[in-house]
Amino acid sequence: MEWEIVIGLETHTQLATESKIFSNSSTRFGAAPNTQANEVDMALPGSLPVLNRGAVECAIRFGLAIGAHIAPRSVFARKNYFYPDLPKNYQISQFELPVVQGGSLRFFVGDQEHTVNLTRAHLEEDAGKSLHENFTGPHGESSTGIDLNRAGTPLLEIVSEPEMRSAAEAVAYARALHALVVWLGICDGNMQEGSFRCDANVSVRPKGQAEFGTRCEIKNLNSFRFLERAIQYEARRQIELIEDGGTVRQETRLYDADRDETRSMRSKEDSDDYRYFPDPDLPPLAITAGWVERIKAELPELPDAKRRRFETELGLTAYDAAQLTMDRAYADYFEQAAAQLPQGQAKLAANWILGELSATLNRDEIDIAQSRVTPAALTALIARIIDGTVSNKIARDVFGAMWAGEQDGNPDAIIEARGLKQISDSGAIGAMIDEVLAANPAIVEQYRAGKDKAFNSLVGQIMKAAKGKANPQQVNQLLKEKLS
Amino acid sequence: MSTMPLHTEFDSIEALGAALRQGKVSAVELADSALDAVQARSDLNAFLHVDAELTRAQAQTADALLSQGRGGSLTGIPIAHKDVFVTRGWRTTAASKMLADYTSPFDATVVSLLEQAGAVSLGKLNCDEFAMGSGNENSAFGPARNPWDADAVPGGSSGGSAAAVAAGLVMAATGTDTGGSVRQPAALCGVSGIKPTYGTVSRFGMVAFGSSLDQAGPLARHARDLLELLDPISAFDERDATSLPDCDGAANKPGRVRADFDAARSAQQGGKPLQGLRIGVPAEFFNEGLSPEVAQAVEAALQTYESLGARRVEVSLPRTKLSIPAYYVIAPAEASSNLSRYDGVRYGHRSASYGDLADMTSRSRAEGFGPEVLRRILVGTYVLCHGYYDAYYLQAQRIRRLIAQDFQQAFANHCDVIMGPVTPTVAKRIGENRDDPTADWLADVYTLGVSLAGLPAMSIPCGFSGSAKPLPIGLQLIGNYFREGQLLAIADRFQQATDWHQRKPEQQ
Repeated sequence: MEWEIVIGLETHTQLATESKIFSNSSTRFGAAPNTQANEVDMALPGSLPVLNRGAVECAIRFGLAIGAHIAPRSVFARKNYFYPDLPKNYQISQFELPVVQGGSLRFFVGDQEHTVNLTRAHLEEDAGKSLHENFTGPHGESSTGIDLNRAGTPLLEIVSEPEMRSAAEAVAYARALHALVVWLGICDGNMQEGSFRCDANVSVRPKGQAEFGTRCEIKNLNSFRFLERAIQYEARRQIELIEDGGTVRQETRLYDADRDETRSMRSKEDSDDYRYFPDPDLPPLAITAGWVERIKAELPELPDAKRRRFETELGLTAYDAAQLTMDRAYADYFEQAAAQLPQGQAKLAANWILGELSATLNRDEIDIAQSRVTPAALTALIARIIDGTVSNKIARDVFGAMWAGEQDGNPDAIIEARGLKQISDSGAIGAMIDEVLAANPAIVEQYRAGKDKAFNSLVGQIMKAAKGKANPQQVNQLLKEKLS
Repeated sequence: MSTMPLHTEFDSIEALGAALRQGKVSAVELADSALDAVQARSDLNAFLHVDAELTRAQAQTADALLSQGRGGSLTGIPIAHKDVFVTRGWRTTAASKMLADYTSPFDATVVSLLEQAGAVSLGKLNCDEFAMGSGNENSAFGPARNPWDADAVPGGSSGGSAAAVAAGLVMAATGTDTGGSVRQPAALCGVSGIKPTYGTVSRFGMVAFGSSLDQAGPLARHARDLLELLDPISAFDERDATSLPDCDGAANKPGRVRADFDAARSAQQGGKPLQGLRIGVPAEFFNEGLSPEVAQAVEAALQTYESLGARRVEVSLPRTKLSIPAYYVIAPAEASSNLSRYDGVRYGHRSASYGDLADMTSRSRAEGFGPEVLRRILVGTYVLCHGYYDAYYLQAQRIRRLIAQDFQQAFANHCDVIMGPVTPTVAKRIGENRDDPTADWLADVYTLGVSLAGLPAMSIPCGFSGSAKPLPIGLQLIGNYFREGQLLAIADRFQQATDWHQRKPEQQ
């Protein structure tokens, strides 16, 4: 039987606010345990939550970016369950009336454009962390500690509709979502530090069946690779289970990356009854049309709009435009470079950025914002290609020298100092051709006998003699003339 | 009476303040005599935590300010706080074993505002555990006693506050009212108390019980003294998201209640000063459960008001009875969640022996909470459960809205103020309802509606029972939103014409 995999994602995005969602403690990562927890975060008697409007602004930005409905009135609710790293033993979240409703995300899987609808996005607070390892209690005994620095960090939980049909599609969605929240400046996107974590709801059904199968939720996938492998494993597990005559049980599962498998954490039957009810400490969140308009006006050009503009105005291919708009820093870099190039030459900048620059950045693990070759310097190099000063191939060497900081990274100075200027003097090229022809009568003979490959061999010899600096078009043209 | 503290020689905070400013009496003298009296009346069990040094330090600060002519309206005035307001100086236990050793790293807003106004605190007052109860019998540290009769309850949950004021140990005290916890003990101890409009006084630093209902309010001998405490604490607080920045057009800040009080008082002129005032009397408040002696005293009070020019009109609050089930769903629901933070993990009582983490939490809670608190957590957890939520919690919220509408109907069409009894009977005996925990719940019928609607209301003394040891009876005055100043002025007019509030219990 042919099976269809159905995937929906719930993504916890840590919002990049200075202070927590309901207290004024700092959200900075990595501080000594419990140094960033005040009376609200520790849930001391008499403490009360006060909403951080900065977190709401992040949610509004996100809602606008995905074309969602921004609820003029949404409600904070308490999700009640006992856990030691949840100091109030309830989490303030949104339940029936979330702040962001609907919307959709467009992204590419390969060169295929996909759209996934979102159910909702709601604001909530993060929990603290239990410290199990290397923790000693006040009397030196082995113990469990609680670090409340993370407690109260604002989260935007983004819930998709179950519209994805493969692990690859789910990963592409997650990448696009990740790119978007970083683009919007509402999340630092740091997955190692847990700023972007996915839960995947996975079910399978026979292809063509309308009803969904029973789903399992896989928790806390904090890398795209784990997300992909967990979904693949889980789908395979469910299909095998059903084909062996079993039934899928609705449950929450954990992905074990070391063993590349998912394991049951708890079934639906023994899951908590969260006893949601509106939080009486927080009045309903009112968002005026004026507030939304103000944020809309400050919104950067969104990746989708930029992508289309790169295609139509700058003549990029759909693929290049999509690649360049996956990351705002790349798009900014490209735009700065393209702006200084003659009309119609932006494509060259795109090739260089997605090719040489991107590879070098990856090799040295450097962000594009910290690139050692600035957009202006790259444009200067590309200009030398356009005007025939250097070939594309030589330009790569020049780029390498620029990256290394030679001649203060000035491409013209490097070309000059290294004597890389392309030879475009037909007399000089002609003389070199004559020398090569004279030295290789056998190859000339092969060419005349009809072996086309011999031509390339001669070009290679000539370029070698010219130390790569001869203008390749001229070499081709003159060689053809001399051999005819 | 040698053990009566010095401040009892003054009729009002205003008079005592004048004496302080004139140097006729010092804050330290007042504090010392009050501390002595607190110790002498330990039989009342009104105070849970006393720290003479802290109190004296506050009194010395007050004297220093007074000597520089910088004293405010409360500088040097001896008060005390219900033990649900967190304080840096004194422990804060909420009368629970759960918090028996807890000291807060910060002060409640109400506490800081009164300290800024110069009041000197004598310590922390007994109450029902986590403010749950109406007899002060649910305190982990033993019941407080009614100064009029040591075998009677002082009411609750602000029982220690009412007892301390009635016994003259302090000029005034803070209390909190979730379903009647200021008004009911004020009535049963023969003192005055006011619960202001929900949102006018900050809840920051109040140990939460039912967040949508909890509201702080003072208790004192009479309306004028209540004004002195209520005015400085009625203020917007950015640390409480339910605190109101604005009260019907007026900024929520000190001076608002006083201005309304002064305006209302200056409008009261001549032999019929309350001419034109329409007093709504709800038929539902005079039902079969009301004892004849309370009914008589309230009736007499209404007649006094009529003699002052007010007119009595019949109003209907048809859902009065429904306020009991609605309240006893909503308040426990909120409490069950509010009290889940007491888990033995970070602070508070932790069981001495336990297995795993879950066991530690359940044992710590089972040991740390008293039976009434456990009962309400259980009820609250139940009504919020999946499958029961709509039938209980949502239904209760619907009733709550209807009850608020009923009050608005009455105020819009019929009356300026509503009056009636506070309690069906005078104070019961300590231990009387021990085998019937819900009997106390039913006795809250006259106070719960106001709390559900978030309205301001007060209780003032209006008579006594005919028993061998006479027990006080209270009159309830209910105003529309933000009418605290007007309510106090109407109460003050009554207290100009009567002397119930001046009666003092004989020391036993």
